[in-house]
Amino acid sequence: MSSPDTATAVRPARRLTIARAIAEAIGQEMERDPDVLVMGEDIAKLGGVFGTTTGLLDRFGPERVRDTPISETAFIGAAVGLAASGMRPVVELMFVDFFGVCMDAIYNLAAKQSYFSGGQVTCPMVLMTSVGGGYGDAGQHSQALYATFGHLPGLKVVIPSNAHDAKGLMLAAIRDPNPVIFMYHKALQGMGWLGTVQRSITDAPEGDYVVPLGKAKCVREGEDITVVGLGLSVHQALDAAGQLAEGGISAEVIDLISVAPLDREAVRASVRRTGRLLVVDDDYLSYGVGAEIIASVCEADIPLRAPPQRIAFPDIPVPFTPVMEHFVLPNADKVTAAVRQMMRVSN
Amino acid sequence: MTGASNASDRLWMYATMIKSRHFEALIKPAYFEGKSPVFNMAKGPLPGEMHLSDGQEPCAVGVCAHLRPGDTVTATHRPHHVAIAKGVDLDAMAAEIFGKASGLSGGRGGHMHLFDARVNFACSGIIAQGLGPAVGAALASKLRGDDAVAVAFLGEGAANQGAFHEALNLASVWKVPAIFVIEDNAYGISVSKRDCTAVERNADRAAAYAMPGHFVAGNDADAVHTIAGEAIARARRGEGPSLLEIETCRLEGHFMGDAEGYRPEGEVERLKASDPIPAYRARLLADGFEAADLDRTAAEARAAVDAAFAFARAAAYPDPEEAFTHVFA
Repeated sequence: MSSPDTATAVRPARRLTIARAIAEAIGQEMERDPDVLVMGEDIAKLGGVFGTTTGLLDRFGPERVRDTPISETAFIGAAVGLAASGMRPVVELMFVDFFGVCMDAIYNLAAKQSYFSGGQVTCPMVLMTSVGGGYGDAGQHSQALYATFGHLPGLKVVIPSNAHDAKGLMLAAIRDPNPVIFMYHKALQGMGWLGTVQRSITDAPEGDYVVPLGKAKCVREGEDITVVGLGLSVHQALDAAGQLAEGGISAEVIDLISVAPLDREAVRASVRRTGRLLVVDDDYLSYGVGAEIIASVCEADIPLRAPPQRIAFPDIPVPFTPVMEHFVLPNADKVTAAVRQMMRVSN
Repeated sequence: MTGASNASDRLWMYATMIKSRHFEALIKPAYFEGKSPVFNMAKGPLPGEMHLSDGQEPCAVGVCAHLRPGDTVTATHRPHHVAIAKGVDLDAMAAEIFGKASGLSGGRGGHMHLFDARVNFACSGIIAQGLGPAVGAALASKLRGDDAVAVAFLGEGAANQGAFHEALNLASVWKVPAIFVIEDNAYGISVSKRDCTAVERNADRAAAYAMPGHFVAGNDADAVHTIAGEAIARARRGEGPSLLEIETCRLEGHFMGDAEGYRPEGEVERLKASDPIPAYRARLLADGFEAADLDRTAAEARAAVDAAFAFARAAAYPDPEEAFTHVFA
């Protein structure tokens, strides 16, 4: 995980969930910038199904914290118009799986506004959306789709693995003049009813700070292999690294944080030292984040001690029954096994 | 302005319709340069699809006569008449269509993606796409407490898109100053409205979203001016959105090169016989306008277009490396 401890050395630790961190960031930015507003389904009175807007309605009122109809095409399209008019909308797409009903506004309007206007009109909007499965919600509420969005020019795509990064990334995303797809993983969100990976609940400074978009972080140093993850899979990689250390294998873990822009150089720098690369990704395998990262390393002509590998969700819809779903989802044991296999075949 | 046509607005509408028609008239021969004897859309100084607006000018001028630079307009894949009426820079617009560096977007957008931030104009290539952004622009002006409005133009085919219905609902729920203007030219490419639209009058659909709906018959700039003026004034007063359905016609094909085999025999001839621009000139003369004044203002309009095309043709192409700029702000 990242190291927020140094940033708050003077204060007693204050542990936040990612949900709380997101809501805190949006609220602080709404205080600072009157052009920021939030829109989405159930984000006002309910505070967001995944807690991303808790408390904002009471503080800022219904003009700036707007419950929308279940009408993503209209309100995400409206966000593009708000952004073109100089506002800074934060809109929530409740589940990333719902992108099918509103993709035109995202990839044909938001993503191309700067380009098609020759830079005259920007699109400073944040689209925050939940990703990921593992809780039996089946294939229309459990996808990751990082690569789907990462593939489209003109969009920035980020996903935090912990509360510290979530807050700093959200502040950076709102201030960015471009459309930012801010993904949050349901298994890290800290909602009581959903379970959470405890390592995602971290300290986060109360004040203003940004985690830069487009930068990966090394969250555990190692010498034998580079394991790259994002969101939930960072934690699976860290768990695996702990298991591997007991067997004398030293794994370095990179938290990608950003799918687009992709911090290729951070990964290359690590693999130059370790000579081995494994990517762990809960999005679909083919044409995915893993393929892109491995290509980035291969193109750089870095001497490798074993063929790069990837663990991802297979090219099937997400099944409902936990027996099947957990069989196909990545997990720490799969990471550990893959690393051991790579060490065996290495030169 | 209440919407009653006054002399200066009527003269402006006449001149602007002439300007738009002349713009398209200069596009036509330029489009076929390099595309004959064998038609290849990729060839010549104007590659790609080209959707001309001949016949639809009354919709643009009747609405835009009431608009200010601070008002937002989103238009369609058939945008030239609306862009010209909204006051988009004519030189930069022509240069954009020719793909030149001095075009509105430096050649990145072309004819279907014209942006002029100076007058808050944008258009896009997918039907009903501009409606959501217009709701957003209208919400921005409402939140800021100014009296700017946003107008989304669409074709009658777009009224069957989900985005149309979602945007009207949202605009009404939030009571934003948006005006939705349907240019009903009777065809979505080759399919006639009667074959694909469940209602006779799209204006009736306004009732589903608790907003006023107006049908304007006759492709008549004065009639559009009156109704649009009322809808826009209503929006500026903070009383919410309106839907306008304007009967118009497409004198050309869906795009240049369209063989128009779907048209009934004699339809184009009939439409051209009722061309709204000569008809408007005749009415202005009957109402006491001087022919010399109309001729002078028409000549000035044509000269501006001639100058814009000369500018565009003489302009330099962008450095190909410029393709990599402005992807992000």
